[in-house]
Amino acid sequence: TMFQPKEYGSKYTVTLIPGDGIGNEITDAVKTIFKTISVPIDWEVVNVTGVGENHLDGYEEAIRSINRNKVAIKGILHTPVEKHGHTSFNVALRRELDIFASLVLIKNIPGVQTRLDGIDMALIRENTEGEYSGLEHSPVPGVVESIKVITKRKSERIARFAFDFALKNNRHKVTAIHKANIMKLADGLFRNTCKEVSAEYPEIQYGDMIVDNASMQAVSWPQQFDVLVTPNLYGTILSNIGAGLVGGPGLVPGVNLGTEHAVFEPGCRHVGLDIKGRGTANPTAMILSSAMLLRHLNLDDFADVISKATYDVLAEGQVRTPDLGGNSTTDEFTMAVINKLQ
Amino acid sequence: ATSVASFTGQKNSNGKYTVSLIEGDGIGTEISKAVKDIYHAAKVPIDWEVVDVTPTLVNGKTTIPDSAIESINRNKVALKGPLATPIGKGHVSMNLTLRRTFNLFANVRPCKSVVGYKTPYENVDTLLIRENTEGEYSGIEHTVVPGVVQSIKLITREASERVIRYAYEYALSRGMKKVLVVHKASIMKVSDGLFLEVARELAKEYPSIDLSVELIDNTCLRMVQDPALYRDVVMVMPNLYGDILSDLASGLIGGLGLTPSGNMGDEVSIFEAVHGSAPDIAGKGLANPTALLLSSVMMLRHMGLNDNATNIEQAVFGTIASGPENRTKDLKGTATTSHFAEQIIKRLK
Ligand SMILES: Nc1ncnc2c1ncn2[C@@H]1O[C@H](COP(=O)(O)OP(=O)(O)OP(=O)(O)O)[C@@H](O)[C@H]1O
Ligand SMILES: Nc1ncnc2c1ncn2[C@@H]1O[C@H](COP(=O)(O)OP(=O)(O)OP(=O)(O)O)[C@@H](O)[C@H]1O
Ligand SMILES: [Mg+2]
Ligand SMILES: [Mg+2]
Repeated sequence: TMFQPKEYGSKYTVTLIPGDGIGNEITDAVKTIFKTISVPIDWEVVNVTGVGENHLDGYEEAIRSINRNKVAIKGILHTPVEKHGHTSFNVALRRELDIFASLVLIKNIPGVQTRLDGIDMALIRENTEGEYSGLEHSPVPGVVESIKVITKRKSERIARFAFDFALKNNRHKVTAIHKANIMKLADGLFRNTCKEVSAEYPEIQYGDMIVDNASMQAVSWPQQFDVLVTPNLYGTILSNIGAGLVGGPGLVPGVNLGTEHAVFEPGCRHVGLDIKGRGTANPTAMILSSAMLLRHLNLDDFADVISKATYDVLAEGQVRTPDLGGNSTTDEFTMAVINKLQ
Repeated sequence: ATSVASFTGQKNSNGKYTVSLIEGDGIGTEISKAVKDIYHAAKVPIDWEVVDVTPTLVNGKTTIPDSAIESINRNKVALKGPLATPIGKGHVSMNLTLRRTFNLFANVRPCKSVVGYKTPYENVDTLLIRENTEGEYSGIEHTVVPGVVQSIKLITREASERVIRYAYEYALSRGMKKVLVVHKASIMKVSDGLFLEVARELAKEYPSIDLSVELIDNTCLRMVQDPALYRDVVMVMPNLYGDILSDLASGLIGGLGLTPSGNMGDEVSIFEAVHGSAPDIAGKGLANPTALLLSSVMMLRHMGLNDNATNIEQAVFGTIASGPENRTKDLKGTATTSHFAEQIIKRLK
């Protein structure tokens, strides 16, 4: 493996950052499930928030904790839209830890009715540069430049990650998403680099697609997609389109991976401030992300039991949170999963 | 008509308007012919002035012939088929060249479910206005050192203000009560932040309109989950988001063959299909002229020719609804472009 998680005796220590909005509710679900079947993990809980002012303490402690433990699970931190507000802690964390690859799994779930079926795509997104560089300035009042940075090194790194992922997971096709007809240099570099890397993987089919076309194709013929590799911003767009297709952000798991660290979080990265504290959030995305975490620690048996129980509850359709048209609470859903664990 | 970018053309002595027609490349000739045939049959009071926009490079800039520029400036309005951008030789996109030449600052893209052509989505009825001149399309890019590229997204108060004002005016003139700004100001705080700031400032001048804002992530999510959420809303956004979201909306209703657009400027407006020149099907009689026809219908309404607009629009939808034998291949039908056009003509009032 590429990283060395902290194991004391027979237990791993994993950082847990509940985050803002529905973060507490969905990470509580994970804690309860793990406890029930005695998953050999000790949580190191770090509270960080992006709501309000002055939270750098929590943020720095979070970085230290993840650096120690190498593995973390987290909800999403709120980012204010206002110009004077702080920059995104989510982005800062990804950059500081250099967890460069975001992986989001978008798949139809049996029992969850959707307009389109047969969707199974893995979205791999560059996490540390592109439109999220944070480099912006105003040379004269009323004129703003926002700088998108694309580098050969990071494009190559994410492309290679995508092809390796495809190989390891028995997937057949990688499609690079870009807007190289307009951003000829920046997206051109990304596209050319993906193409170069593709030559090293003759067993994987390779193609590319312009992001607007890909968005159209995604809502009319999403079954054509297998592994997608994208610069930062197009990843947000396609993961949210994907979530919309398979039943919402409450269902889509994800992880951010670097050479040293792995941080698991819901794939579409929604804070859910609007439903915070109501106990109605769908914890599925977080639970499935935690199953990915267990596989990452080679605790596959635990992962299998938990994901099977979760899928079974969804397939039966008796216990459903409001986002899926039901009226069960987060806790009721979690209990239903727990009842299937035995 | 709105007080921004309204039509100022005049009728000729023969009681007709002259409209510049750029037939376009690839499938452009076929779909333009369909439009001309239908307009002739519908007795629309329009004389077409066909103009050639074959580009040349002048001092390294993509330039279109003076005769084309004069025609469009004279007529104030043009209908345009798709143009292919010459690859290499330093040409910028022809579409971009036209937008810049005529200062077409707002791109209006409606997208509505076509009754009679079923997709998994029903009741799509979105209206999106895309900033058309800057943003991610500024074309300002450079290589800092080998392997490191910067691409600049340019947002100005001036361009933001005129497109957002256009959105408010559009809402007002059509009795719509909501304007929604789509942005990513959590990450691009200064650039998208300026766009938002301008929208909030202008809101004071339009007290009857309700302004809301939404992150592009959420718009993508919600539009796919339930497009009906965006009925009766005028969406306005920076260039790239508009490009992406309008294609997404197209996908919901059945593809590029169906979606029209208008490029609005203070002096001149150019109406065009959203799709490209489709070289893969050019010359085969397979092209669907609906998008160009519906663009021309937008144009007619812009010119105040509402009866002609409704007549043609109803004939188009009637034909599509009449069954696969009268639809083109992109709509799972078997009709050729010319058969489709004949069927529309049959249904004209
Ligand atoms: N796990 C979940 N279960 C149920 N609904 C969810 C879940 N995650 C996100 N949502 C919903 O998806 C929508 C988008 O979430 P998002 O977090 O973006 O909203 P927000 O944080 O309130 O607003 P903003 O994104 O503008 O900051 C919200 O309505 C939210 O409630
Ligand atoms: N009016 C139409 N009728 C039928 N099919 C169409 C139509 N417009 C586009 N298509 C199809 O949609 C796809 C994309 O076409 P489009 O022309 O937009 O892109 P393109 O091939 O990149 O051309 P360009 O370089 O001019 O943009 C093609 O397969 C094309 O055949
Ligand atoms: Mg487009
Ligand atoms: Mg095209």
